[in-house]
Amino acid sequence: MKRIADIALPLAVAALALGGWEGAVHHYAVPEYVLPAPSGIARAFCANFASLMGSLLATLSVTLQAFAAASLLGVALAVGFTQSRLLERTLYPYAVMLQVTPVVAIAPLILIWVGFDRVNLALVIIATIVAFFPVLAGATLGLKSADFNLLDLMRLHGASRAQILWRVRLPTALPYLLSGMKTAGGLALIGAVVAEFVAGSGTATGLAWRIVESGNRLEIATLFAALALLAAAGVVIFAALTLLEWLLLRRWHESALNRP
Amino acid sequence: MTLLALSEVGKRFAGGTRFADGTEALRGLSFSIAPGEFVALVGPSGCGKSTALRLAAGLLTPDAGMVAWPDGRPETGFVFQEPTLMPWADALTNARLPLDLGRVPRRQADARAAAALARAGLDGFARAYPRELSGGMKMRVSLARALVAQPRLLLLDEPFAALDEITRHALGDDLKRLWREYGLTVLFVTHSAAESAWLAGRVLVMTPRPGRIAADIALPPGRDSRLAPATIEAQRAISAALSQAMAAA
Repeated sequence: MKRIADIALPLAVAALALGGWEGAVHHYAVPEYVLPAPSGIARAFCANFASLMGSLLATLSVTLQAFAAASLLGVALAVGFTQSRLLERTLYPYAVMLQVTPVVAIAPLILIWVGFDRVNLALVIIATIVAFFPVLAGATLGLKSADFNLLDLMRLHGASRAQILWRVRLPTALPYLLSGMKTAGGLALIGAVVAEFVAGSGTATGLAWRIVESGNRLEIATLFAALALLAAAGVVIFAALTLLEWLLLRRWHESALNRP
Repeated sequence: MTLLALSEVGKRFAGGTRFADGTEALRGLSFSIAPGEFVALVGPSGCGKSTALRLAAGLLTPDAGMVAWPDGRPETGFVFQEPTLMPWADALTNARLPLDLGRVPRRQADARAAAALARAGLDGFARAYPRELSGGMKMRVSLARALVAQPRLLLLDEPFAALDEITRHALGDDLKRLWREYGLTVLFVTHSAAESAWLAGRVLVMTPRPGRIAADIALPPGRDSRLAPATIEAQRAISAALSQAMAAA
């Protein structure tokens, strides 16, 4: 019953909102270049289906590459930080600096350095910068949260650093890491979109470019269709990572346990 | 014959906050344990019992004095106040940990861990996760893990303090049985005179911080049950020694 409600309630809200929107646009005769009706957006979506899907794939490709790079980089750095205080002291301030500097400000530089002939790589780098900090912060906190007594026990039995990392620190860090990765998934998509905006038309081919292009041509229905695809991609990424989290934690972690 | 000897051991911990300028946990702590003994280390809260236990395990190094294992450092099992299990692993994997670290082949390690779980009174729960076990059962997994590598020395840091009385008694009885079955040497930290009078053959009473030994009491035989006159008499002697140690501080 609860599961049906979980699906039915948001759908009912969506139906109400879309119906109201459709009705209001027709009732007030709002021009399509200001606010298209949902039916108009659906028509634009069908008419531009192939090119929109191509753009979605381009954006998703950048997003997934950036997400993978951010996850690997974040975990690798966090492992380095827990193995060496010196490394943490040396590099952590730069990681924070990278995080707090608006990516829009450094994106043009990255594009210039990487070169417009390799724009895809530049997009991935920019999106990675946006996405990697939550992974780093989550993994660092998690790796440091290992039970001190359990660490003592490992030492008592002569465990190597690698054994301690693999058997205690990484499993302890898993819930924190997955939480960071859920945030990073959304940020990678945002990073990809921002990077495409900065790269501009003529180079990028993703959904952000479609939004800019549609706006310039006053094809607002197509712009909305691209926007809806972006939102859907974000939801799917979040849902996939939530599923991964549940699969990995369902047997033991409080956050994933069903309580009556 | 001596398995473990601490002589004139001192240990100070650096202050963790700007309000504390360090704590002297132990000063002039000396005792030794012979193979096969069951020794209880009794003392008031904060007297350095756990620190002494960690020194005995080699997990801490003394600032003064010496910790020695004349026959070399023995294989040691350690049971903490909390079960200290890996929540992501089932009971068998938890109990197997020392063998995994020693790279014992998986099938052999599984068999030994299952046997250790059974001997610790936890047959049939090998695949249960810690969250599915009661406090007493988790402590049994912890005990099985401490015994699985067949240690010569078993160190226990108030392992039953957080358990209800019935569970505490059952685990105490099992510990005594395991001590005999495995031919272990046990150093058992507790603040209960009753527990030490029933379990141990010898009781070391510590002073308040900085801890040292105030009394070394060899308990008489004839303590056949918790309520046997000899056990009650031993409990009285331990309580009296504790009171004396507190008063002298």
